Amino acid sequence: MNPTRYRDGARAIAPIAVAAVTFGASFGVLARSVGIDALAATVMSATTFAGSAQFAVASILGTSGGIAAAILAATLLNARYAPISVSVAPLFEGGKIRRLLEAQLIVDESWAVSRRADGRFDRRLLIGAGLVLYVSWVTGTALGSIGGEALGDPADLGLDAAFPALFLALLIPQVRSRRALAAAVLGGTVALVLIPFTPAGVPIVAAAGACMIGWRRP
Amino acid sequence: MTEVWIVIGVVGAATVALKSVGPVLLGGRPLPEHLDDVVSLLAPAVLAALVVTQLVGGDREIVLDARLVGLAAAVVALLLRAPLLVVVIAAAVATAAVRALS
Repeated sequence: MNPTRYRDGARAIAPIAVAAVTFGASFGVLARSVGIDALAATVMSATTFAGSAQFAVASILGTSGGIAAAILAATLLNARYAPISVSVAPLFEGGKIRRLLEAQLIVDESWAVSRRADGRFDRRLLIGAGLVLYVSWVTGTALGSIGGEALGDPADLGLDAAFPALFLALLIPQVRSRRALAAAVLGGTVALVLIPFTPAGVPIVAAAGACMIGWRRP
Repeated sequence: MTEVWIVIGVVGAATVALKSVGPVLLGGRPLPEHLDDVVSLLAPAVLAALVVTQLVGGDREIVLDARLVGLAAAVVALLLRAPLLVVVIAAAVATAAVRALS
């Protein structure tokens, strides 16, 4: 098999890049409606680069939920990145600063497409996909917060359904073994059961615990 | 406005730290072998949770809406071995159609 290139990662994520621009734009619009100006919204997309946490912050500040609640919600939503980043840790080489910067390109979608059929993660796929998503998200945010509502509601275009479809398409090749299927069923069930009872973000972190069925004694 | 910048700074720093846990603390080294299975099962567990939360997740409630029709269209596309782009577009178009008609 030929070595993968960054371009392969960019190509793999292209189907979802349009949705990322549109959701970035809708974050910009929502942010401005609650008093977060274009500069602040764009800086947030460039530094946080995690959609669900940013939407949570905007909606909590918009309903005067207070800055502590906004910070807590966003941190819970992003807690999944701790286990996710551990799963791809061996890919990152070089000095600490370089690893820290490259690690910021880890988002759900870039992580998901970087997993190859053999179960290993691929650094170039992750970085290539992550860069495309980063540019899409930041550009979308700037367009939305400057340009306003002309872009329309992503929900009217059905774009919110693009994400579960993407994750399902990426999940199916992963469940070739019985244990992988068991982890998927357990993870999905844990998430479903917790959705009504916990703040958003917690169901995904708890579901990640399903991977412990692979635990062996050292 | 100052409050907004405090939130942006703290959330940004927390996110950077969370994403760096693996690459900065463990980067460049293979994980201990007995954790191989744990790590390889993380992907199916988290992907399944992402499907569920993106499909029916609401604000502390389960919301069944047009996204379900979109996912059904995606399943049909997957069964027909359609490429990823077609799967994603099928989900969006089916969801948009249901919303336009209802």
